[in-house]
Amino acid sequence: MSSIAVPAPELEPQSVISSEIAAIEAGYRQAGVEETQPRLDYPPYRSSTLRHPTGDLCDVEPETIERWAPCFGARDVDPLEADLTAGHAGEPIGERIILAGRVVDGAGRPVRGQLVEIWQANAAGRYTHERDQHPAPLDPNFTGTGRCLTDADGRYRFQTIKPGPYPWRNHFNAWRPAHVHFSVFGSSFTQRLVTQLYFPGDPLRALDPIYQSIIDDRARDRLVATYDHDLTSHEWATGYRWDIVLTGGRQTWFESEDVA
Amino acid sequence: MTPTATPGQTVGPFFHYALPYEGDRDLVPPGGPGAVVLRGQVLDGAGNAVPDALVELWQARPDGTVAREPGSLRRDGWTFTGFGRAATGGDGCYAFSTLVPGPTEAGRAAFFAVTVFARGLLDRLFTRAYVPGDSAALAADPLLSSLPAERRRTLIASTDERGFVFDIRLQGGDETVFLRYPGQ
Repeated sequence: MSSIAVPAPELEPQSVISSEIAAIEAGYRQAGVEETQPRLDYPPYRSSTLRHPTGDLCDVEPETIERWAPCFGARDVDPLEADLTAGHAGEPIGERIILAGRVVDGAGRPVRGQLVEIWQANAAGRYTHERDQHPAPLDPNFTGTGRCLTDADGRYRFQTIKPGPYPWRNHFNAWRPAHVHFSVFGSSFTQRLVTQLYFPGDPLRALDPIYQSIIDDRARDRLVATYDHDLTSHEWATGYRWDIVLTGGRQTWFESEDVA
Repeated sequence: MTPTATPGQTVGPFFHYALPYEGDRDLVPPGGPGAVVLRGQVLDGAGNAVPDALVELWQARPDGTVAREPGSLRRDGWTFTGFGRAATGGDGCYAFSTLVPGPTEAGRAAFFAVTVFARGLLDRLFTRAYVPGDSAALAADPLLSSLPAERRRTLIASTDERGFVFDIRLQGGDETVFLRYPGQ
């Protein structure tokens, strides 16, 4: 979102952004080299213009400190923090949902006991953030932040409400698809991930330059949760499942340690 | 077949009420024994301050060992966990109160491992803030010695009266060297 408060009468229409998105994707298909991460240089997301490095990332072998990650434990996170619908005087407005899944490393092994943090807008598409000026109601019973530690099998689970889409100032009539921000730590520093979970069937994803900055459609689909009826809870909440895969991992460098 | 890594996304503009926490930037109490300040400014390609960035720090102890203790989110005031987090202010500046990391192996160059997030930055960036002083270790460092002098300079912190200064330039002539690890 633009932090500039002055009105911008010359905001471009969605059609300009959409044609840029389409041109970049066409070029990608023609090149035929698979990409699995967002582009840092992605002009349709206007805020990225001055905020992406122009030099190539420097390939480096991780040193000792980078092969480890900070430790989090029971003293860091209260189990109640995984329930975003709790902690207020009343129930939040919105569609109650369960978000659950596993965090695994690049070899498919569970990432155990690590920190997962989430934040999101409320059901009306409003963040509890002083800079969010969207004229949608705040919910006195919903803050929109949660934390948990993954269990021995790498599982996480949150109870929350489904966030609403919200407008932003990238272009005229720009709307972010409904999403939940995720921050995840791996077993090595190099695995650090901050990303966003999206919901199936959302027509705004096709129009959104942040989501579309992952040029490969299969890659960006990895950010879309799956409706899971087995996770849905009788007369209580619908369930969405989303697994997270971190790059590489400490185990990749120290195989013997995993066996021991 | 190994699973493919989940893509990253920008941290966005609204992380301030979720990720920062009390004591996040104080790995040790400010002014305590051995405490130094690691500070700097995050700048964009026009040289303007980035007021909505988040910097994370991960480092060894002064003796070069790696902390394995929890407690970064609820600090007790005496356990050194090696991890900190600092959002930039309106002037794009961040600051940590911490200890000077030691080399994890004898003769190696010591550094702070740094991660940068920001609105407008579509994925996190990794870099290193090397501790200045040990010129032999810095000269022998595999990463530093692979870089031309003007690029190498962006990775070495400078000193001031309270500790170290490490500016992070996301773009431009003096752009910080950002890292990619194997498998990324």
